[in-house]
Amino acid sequence: MADDKKFAGFICTGCGIGDRLDGGRLETTAKRDGKMQEVKSSEMLCNAEGVKMIQDEIDGGATHVMIAACSRRAKVEAFNFPTVAMTRANLREGVIWVRPDTDEHRETTQEMADDYIRMACAEARSMKAPSPSGEQELNKHILVVGGGVTGMSAALESAAAGYPVTLVEKTGALGGHLAQLYKKSPGKAAPRGLPNALDAEFPGLEDTGVEGLIQQVEENANITVHLNSTLTKTQGAPGRFKAEIATESGSTTEAEFGAIVQASGFTPYDANQLPEFGYGKSPDVVTNLELEKLAKEAAGGPIKRPSDGKEVKSVAFVQCAGQRSEKKGHLPYCSGFCCTTSIKQAIYFKEQNADCDTTVLYTDLRTPGAAGEDFYRAGQQKMVTFSKGEVSEVAADGGLKVKFKDLILDEDTEMDADLVVLATGQVANTGPDPYAQLAFEEAEEGSEEKETLRKALEVAPPSILNLEYRQGTDLPLLKHGFADSHFICFPYETRRTGIYAAGPVRRPMDIQQARDDAAGAAMKAIQAAENAGKGRAAHPRSGDLSFPTFRSEGCTQCKRCTVECPFGAINEDEKGYPVYNESRCRRCGTCMGACPVRVISFENYSVETVGQQIKNVDIPDEFDEKPRILVLACENDAYPALDQAAMSGVEINPWARVIPVRCLGSVNLSWITDSLNNGFDGIVLMGCQKGDDYQCHFVRGSAIAHERMSKVGDTLESLNLEPERVAVYEVAITDLERAPKLINDMAETIDKVGMSPFKF
Amino acid sequence: MSDLNTAMTAKYRNNFLKEVEANVEEGEWVKMCMQCGVCSGSCPLGKHWEHPPQEIFMMIRAGKRDDVLKSDSMWMCTSCYNCIVRCPRELPITHIMHGLANYAKRMGLAPKSQPTNQFSQLFWDNMMKKGRVNELKLGLSLYFKDGFGDGVKNAMANQQLGMNMMKAKRMAPMEIIGGHSLKDVSGFQKMIKKAHEIEDQNIQDFS
Amino acid sequence: MAKKEYSFYPGCSSQEGASSSNYMVSVATLCQELDIKLNEIPDWNCCAASIGYGGGGELPRLALSARNIALSEQHNAGQDIVATCAACWLSTREAAERFQHNKTLYEGAQTALGEAGLKLENNTPVRHMVEVLIEDIGYEEIQSKVKKPLEGIKIAGYVGCQTNRPFGIDGESYENPLYLDKMVEAVGADSVPTYEKKVQCCGGALAFSEPDKSQEMIKGIIEAAYDHGADMIATPCPLCQANVEIYQDQINAKYSTKFEMPVVYYAQLMDVAFGRNGKDSALDRQIIKAKKLDDIAK
Repeated sequence: MADDKKFAGFICTGCGIGDRLDGGRLETTAKRDGKMQEVKSSEMLCNAEGVKMIQDEIDGGATHVMIAACSRRAKVEAFNFPTVAMTRANLREGVIWVRPDTDEHRETTQEMADDYIRMACAEARSMKAPSPSGEQELNKHILVVGGGVTGMSAALESAAAGYPVTLVEKTGALGGHLAQLYKKSPGKAAPRGLPNALDAEFPGLEDTGVEGLIQQVEENANITVHLNSTLTKTQGAPGRFKAEIATESGSTTEAEFGAIVQASGFTPYDANQLPEFGYGKSPDVVTNLELEKLAKEAAGGPIKRPSDGKEVKSVAFVQCAGQRSEKKGHLPYCSGFCCTTSIKQAIYFKEQNADCDTTVLYTDLRTPGAAGEDFYRAGQQKMVTFSKGEVSEVAADGGLKVKFKDLILDEDTEMDADLVVLATGQVANTGPDPYAQLAFEEAEEGSEEKETLRKALEVAPPSILNLEYRQGTDLPLLKHGFADSHFICFPYETRRTGIYAAGPVRRPMDIQQARDDAAGAAMKAIQAAENAGKGRAAHPRSGDLSFPTFRSEGCTQCKRCTVECPFGAINEDEKGYPVYNESRCRRCGTCMGACPVRVISFENYSVETVGQQIKNVDIPDEFDEKPRILVLACENDAYPALDQAAMSGVEINPWARVIPVRCLGSVNLSWITDSLNNGFDGIVLMGCQKGDDYQCHFVRGSAIAHERMSKVGDTLESLNLEPERVAVYEVAITDLERAPKLINDMAETIDKVGMSPFKF
Repeated sequence: MSDLNTAMTAKYRNNFLKEVEANVEEGEWVKMCMQCGVCSGSCPLGKHWEHPPQEIFMMIRAGKRDDVLKSDSMWMCTSCYNCIVRCPRELPITHIMHGLANYAKRMGLAPKSQPTNQFSQLFWDNMMKKGRVNELKLGLSLYFKDGFGDGVKNAMANQQLGMNMMKAKRMAPMEIIGGHSLKDVSGFQKMIKKAHEIEDQNIQDFS
Repeated sequence: MAKKEYSFYPGCSSQEGASSSNYMVSVATLCQELDIKLNEIPDWNCCAASIGYGGGGELPRLALSARNIALSEQHNAGQDIVATCAACWLSTREAAERFQHNKTLYEGAQTALGEAGLKLENNTPVRHMVEVLIEDIGYEEIQSKVKKPLEGIKIAGYVGCQTNRPFGIDGESYENPLYLDKMVEAVGADSVPTYEKKVQCCGGALAFSEPDKSQEMIKGIIEAAYDHGADMIATPCPLCQANVEIYQDQINAKYSTKFEMPVVYYAQLMDVAFGRNGKDSALDRQIIKAKKLDDIAK
C-alpha cells in the first residue's frame, strides 16, 4: 500500500510570505525533512492557476498534499481537494503576521516557518483521506415525541418538507397546554407606521387555533399519530433509530426513524409551594393555567370566583410567583411567557367588563416577541393597571388582601381583590438525568454515594425516550433541569446526536416561540437524517467524513471512551468493547484523548498525526537559548482567535508552535509526555469555556481536558520538571489580545524557570 | 365600613385614573405610561420635584388623589418639552402636568403660596385685561404679590435690572398707564368667558 | 412686490417698549434685506405662552390661539402664519394640531370664537421665522448676502427649548440640532456644534417665579459657552435671550462669577453681516454689549 502514496508539497509565496521568508529554503525543508516527492511554489497559490497546479498534481497521482500558505481557516473554497489527504502549514497568520519584520528576527521567523512545514508534512504522511464507512442508509422518517403545539408544529413542518412523521403523544388527545387556553396572545406586532394614538388598534386576543392545528395534523397523510402512547425503547443512531411505541393498553409497534424531535413540553409549577400567596388557603387564589379554566367556563360571560361564584370585580395578578427567586422550592429563572399571559388574562376581564379593576403587580414586565410591546399597550389602553411592586403576601382570611411594596412610590402598601392570579412558571418535562444513572451504575455497591443516587433516581420523573444507550435513558440536562441545548450558539442541539429538543423542554417559552422552535428542530432533524445517510458528521463538524475506529487487539476494555464520550455515542458489547455508532459521533476525538492505550483514531486525525507533528519540530540545543513552546489550540475558538490576533498584528514569540486540535478533549496525555521528553520547554493548552455556561462545541470536551490535565503534575514530577511548564486555559473566540498573551506568558515563565534539560 | 377601609378599597382601583381621564387635559394618556422614568431623568428641574412625573403617573394609578392634586410638583414644569420628545410612549407629559396643575386649582387643592401657581394666575389675569401681556405691570404685580412691604423689597432688588431694561428701550415706564391693548377687548373677553363656561360644563363630577 | 409674504404674529414681548423689542427691530431689518414682507395679524392677542395654564384651562387657552388663527385667515388669507417668538409659535401650532385631532375641542373653540364674531378654518400652516429662513430662503442665499463676514467671532448657538421641542426645526435631532450653527457659519462666524448646553432649559417663565432654580440653569448655559471660548451666545427665542442676558448681574453677585457674555439673536448676526448699522441691528438695545459685533457694524 505504501507504494500507492504520493506526496506533494505546495508553497505559496504571496501575501508577503516570499518577502519575509527564504522560499528556496522552505522548498528544501519540505523535500529533505518533509519527504515530499514533489514540491512546487507559487506567487499566489489560491488563484485559479495555483489551484490548477495542485489539481494537476492530484490528477497525476498525488494522494497526499501539503499546502504551506495561509491559515487552514482561510481560502477553504480554493483549497478544497476532498479526494486526497491534505494538510496546511500556516505561514501567514501563524508566522509572518505575528513576527516583526526586522533583520534581527529574520532567523527565528524562518525557523518557525521551517518547523510548520516539517509539521504539516509529517501530519500528511501519517494520515489518510477520510471516506464514509458505507454502513449508512437514508431513513427520512422523523419521530416526534409530544403532541402539544411544539410537537404538532414540528410534525407539520417535517411533513411539509416531505419527511414522513410519527407523532407519539402520551395522553388521549393532541393539543397539550394550548388546548387548555381560552384565548392566546397575539403573534404579530401592530403594522409598521401605526400612529401612536389612544385609539390605535394594537394586536389583541386571538383564538388559540388548536382545533385547526389538530385537524391539520390528523389530516396530513404524511403524519401518523399514536395517542395514549409512550416510547418503551429507543435504540440505534441517526439514520437507524429503532423505537418501540407502546399504548396504554399494552400493544406495541416498532418502527425505524432517521431522527427524533423531543417536544415533551413543560409541567406547570406546583403552586402548593406558595402558601405565602394564599394558594391552597383560598380557592380564589389561582394559577395562570387555572384561570384559563375559569375563563373557558365563563365563555365570554363574567368570570366567577371559585369560592362563591360571585362575579369578579377586581383581580390582582402576581407576577414572578415562585420564579426568579433563589428561595427553596422556587424557580430561579424567568419563564418568559407569564407577563404576556397576565396581560392577556387581564384583558379577559376588561373585555367582558371595562369596570373590572385589574392590577398587574410586576417587578420587571417582560413581553418578548414581536407583538409583546404592542400587546402591553393594548392592555394599557383597556386600563389594566400595571404597578411595579413586589408582593410579599396574599392574606386570605376574609377577603383577599395583597400586600406589596410599591417600587415606584417606595412604600409598603396593600390592596383588596376578589381574585388573585399567580403568574407561575414552567418546569421542563424531561426524563431522569442520564448522568445520575451512569454515576449510579459506576458507584461502588453498598457505598453511600450509591444510596444517595438510588434515592434521587427513585423520585426522578419517568423516562421519555428510554434510550438503550450506555450513558442513560434520556437527554442530558443542563441548567435548571432543562434539556441541554446551547440556547444561542446551537439551539435544539442536544448531547444525543439526531435527537433534537424543541419547545419548553429546552427552555421556558411562549406559544409563538414554541412554534418557531419546532420549525428549527424539525430542520435540524431532517439535516441529521440526511447527513447520516451520507455518513457525514452533524454539527459542528458538519460534513466531516472521518469517524473513529479502534484496534480491538490493543483495547483493555477500560470503558474510558464509553463513559467520557460527551454525546453518549459509544455503547459497549457484552465483552465490554466499545461499539461505535458512527452517526451518533460528532468527531470531537474525546474518546481518542481518553484512550490510555491509544487504539482509537480517525483517518485524518489520530495520536499519530499530532504526535508526528510534535516529533518533527526542530529542537535546538539547550545552549542556543531558543526554547520551544507547544500550543494545542481548539480549532473552534482558540485557533480562530489566534488567527484574528495575527490579522490585527498582535505579536507572538518565535518559540511557539501551534497545533490546532478538534477539541481539547481529544488531547491525549501521550502528546504531553512525548513533547516534554523531546525537549519542549513549555506547553499551553487552549480550550473553550467549560461549566454550565459552556462554550465548548462538544459540550464536555474542555471540562474533561481540564480534569485530565490536572493529573499532568505527576508526569512533570516524575521528569523532575517544574509544574508551571504546562498551562491549561479557557479561551474565547474574542480573546484577541489574551490568547497571544498567554503564549507569551509561557515564554516569560521559561525565562524564569530555565530551559528544559531534555534536549537531545 | 370605616373611612380607612374605604380608602383601602379605593387603592389601585381605576377611580382617580378615570377622573383624570375625564377632567384633565390629555389625561387619557396617563394609563399608557410604562414607568421607565425617562421623563423624571430628563426634567431640568427634576431634583426639585417631590414627585417626578413618573411617580405622579403611578400615584394616579394607585388612587392617591389628594397627594397628587395637593402636590407642588407639577408647578415645577418649565415647559421645556424634554420629557415629551424623550418619552418612548410619546405621552404629552408637559401638557398632562399643566392639566393636572389646572385641575388641582379648579378643585381648590393646589398649594396657594406656590410661586408658579401665583405667577401663572397673575399672568392670566394681566393678559385678560387688554388681551396682551403688560410686562411692566406683570413684573410689579409679581413683586407685590405678598403685600406692599415685600413688593418694595423685591422691586429694590430688581431695580438695577429694570434700569438696564429701560436704558435698552426694552421696558417702557409709560406702560404703567394704559399700554398695548387689543381693539376688540370686549369680544376677546366674551370669547374667553364662553370657553370657560364650556369647559366647566364638561367637567364630570367624581365626588 | 416683495418676494415672500407672511401673516405675522409678533407676540407681546416683541412690542415696542417690551423685553424683546430688540428682536423685532432686528427681524424687521432682516426682512428688508431678504425682501420678506410681514403682514401683522390685525388685533392679535396673547397666546398665554406656556405659563397661562394656571388661570386658563385647555379650552380657554386654545381659544386664544384660535382667535389669532381666525384673524389671520380672515385678513391675511392664504398666507402662512409666521411667529418670531418660540412660545407664540408653539402655542399656535399646538392649538392648530389639537383642533385637528380633537373634534370636541374644535367645536368648543368655534362656539367661543362666535362670541367675538369669528370663525376658524384651521388650515393655515403655523411656522417659526427660522423655518422661513431655512426652508424658504436657504443657507446659501443667506451666505450670498453677506457683505461683512463675522470672521473670527466664535458664537455658541443656544437653541433652547421651544424652537426645538416638541416640533423640531428642519427635521433635526432634538438632542443636538445644528441649524443655528449652520446659520452662524453662513454669516462667516465660527460655530460651536458641540456646545453641550444648546438645548438646556433656561427656566422659561419660571425665571420670574423660581429665580434661584432658573438662575442655576442659566449659569450653566453661560459657563459652558465660556468653556468653549465663545465670544457670544446667539439664540432664536426671546425668553432665552432675555433670561440668559439680563440676570448675569444677579448671577455674578450670587455665585461670584464674572460673566459678561453678550446674548444676541440670529437676526442681529445676519443684519450686521449684511452690512447694516448697530441701530438697525438693535445692538444698541443690548444690556451686555456685543462689542465684536459693534466693531463690525460701525
